[in-house]
Amino acid sequence: MFDVAGSGRLVPMITVDHLTKTYGQFRAVDDVSFVCQQGRVTGFLGPNGAGKTTTMRVMVGLTPPTSGRVTIGGLDYGSIPNAGRHVGVLLDASAQHGGRTGREILSLGALSMGLPSSRVDEMLALVGLTDDEAKRRLRNYSLGMKQRLGIAHALLGDPEVLILDEPANGLDPAGIRWMRGLLKGYADRGGTVLLSSHLLNEVELIADEMILIGNGRIVAQGDKRSLLARAQGSATALVMSLDNAALQAELARRGHLVEAMGDGLKVNVAPEEVGRAALAAEIVLTDLRAGGAGLEDLFLELTSASAREGTGAVPPPPPPPPHAPSPVPTPGGHA
Amino acid sequence: MTTMPPPPAMSAPSAPPSPGPVLDVSGTRPIPFWRLVLVELRKSYDTRAGFWLLATIAILVSLVEAVIMISTLVNDSYVYFEDFAGTAGGIASILLPVLGIILVTSEWGQRTAMVTFAIEPRRSRVVLAKLVVGAVASVVTVAVMLLVGLVCTLVCEALQPDLTYWEMEWWLPLAFIITMTLTMTVGFSMASLLLNTPAAIVVFFLYWYALAIVLFVIADLISGFEEIAPWINFQAALDPVWSWSLETAEEWGQLIVSAGLWIALPLGLGLWRIVHAEVK
Repeated sequence: MFDVAGSGRLVPMITVDHLTKTYGQFRAVDDVSFVCQQGRVTGFLGPNGAGKTTTMRVMVGLTPPTSGRVTIGGLDYGSIPNAGRHVGVLLDASAQHGGRTGREILSLGALSMGLPSSRVDEMLALVGLTDDEAKRRLRNYSLGMKQRLGIAHALLGDPEVLILDEPANGLDPAGIRWMRGLLKGYADRGGTVLLSSHLLNEVELIADEMILIGNGRIVAQGDKRSLLARAQGSATALVMSLDNAALQAELARRGHLVEAMGDGLKVNVAPEEVGRAALAAEIVLTDLRAGGAGLEDLFLELTSASAREGTGAVPPPPPPPPHAPSPVPTPGGHA
Repeated sequence: MTTMPPPPAMSAPSAPPSPGPVLDVSGTRPIPFWRLVLVELRKSYDTRAGFWLLATIAILVSLVEAVIMISTLVNDSYVYFEDFAGTAGGIASILLPVLGIILVTSEWGQRTAMVTFAIEPRRSRVVLAKLVVGAVASVVTVAVMLLVGLVCTLVCEALQPDLTYWEMEWWLPLAFIITMTLTMTVGFSMASLLLNTPAAIVVFFLYWYALAIVLFVIADLISGFEEIAPWINFQAALDPVWSWSLETAEEWGQLIVSAGLWIALPLGLGLWRIVHAEVK
């Protein structure tokens, strides 16, 4: 199959270019720029109200932007003929008529896009909705079923691009795993996926690229490795030893921030550094592990810091050590 | 058998990598307008609201026709085909505008506009398709009205052949189609202006019936106003349609001017609103 990601040749499919959307004084989306590459899954992450949905709505022409533009494959969404055949969209799984059955909703979509009705059955089978469930009215669907139906609707037209807003919302763990496989396979076959979430762990495992947005601005973007590298900068280690006091003194002498935590110590440095300190001071360690510095912390730190600037609600992140690789551009600094 | 999308038609790997990421849409034709009409037509009766509205009209019509038929037979009075057909059409034309309203407002009440306009981003085409559905509904209603008239008259013919007449003005169905379509369009424009089902229904009935009565009353009270009234009172301007006597240029002018005020103006504003609204 056509392998884009593997060839190392990146082909931008969705291009968001200095997009801004304001409502009165409120800047819902503030000079946002990013690119979704073909054949890759791009995760769009941010807390509720960060501007993800607004950005995606502008993408498909439902919200007029204040300034900036979005193109899909070089085209404005509105100028793509029979858009559903090229771009699959799921913005809100509940935005369907509650009185229509699942099958009827897909049938209307298939009729609009000019697809045979067999396509409806294929999609129902793909997302695992039984005949019985397809005959039920949407208002009797659980959120998870609505999401499956919404994904089926997005895939109806066999599109090259998928734009999904919080698709995992309401899915059970098995459903999330299923969706992960589905989207991964889709991207491996050359499709482009943009999916948003406010939960990192939903996205972390499938996204090749992540865009972190907070308060309408992009706070970080890049692949997982470069983001993790950034996260390492604020790493902490949890350590226990036979002589905590001596270890604490040694770590402090080396300039690390140490505090007692439970039966052990919490150190603002990577575990490796703690190991070296213990070796030098000849202290026996009984437990040493990373203190949970990962994407989660970075995500929370970046997004909450931008969301609550200066209120002190969130402890400021420790200053990154000089060797920390600089992360991919912050606030909209993408060319 | 997962039917996953094929990669975009990016031709051979030997293609130069630089010329960009263009989505190949050369093989895709836009959604033809007739298909949009078909979709909107199906949407008009595949929900309970639409279905029961049509059912209500049918039930009301049958009830009234039954009453007329029974009283005719009991009293041994004359009856014309036109009576039955006209009654059916009259009742239907009161409620049919509500269908026009629901066509538009349910997209907002149920938030399906998000899906509809994502599939067809050229929103005015969707609105136009809905208008065509309204016109189709008027034609179908008139056909049904003639059928009901036929059945009722046949029954009377069988029971009292001497008192039953088949006369009907040839233009009556046409007059019904024209006025029903126009009335439906008034409801439609109210709906596109308000985008809310109950509000649109209430405002429509006030606008269509109450305002016309107010204008008639004013024309009666204030001398001189009766000169202007037909130009701004659409109901009055429709009169010549009902008697199929739309002959003078003045009458045509009055119909067009008042239709412009009553229909084109709100419809234009409503259309502008729909096309520019943020769809949530």
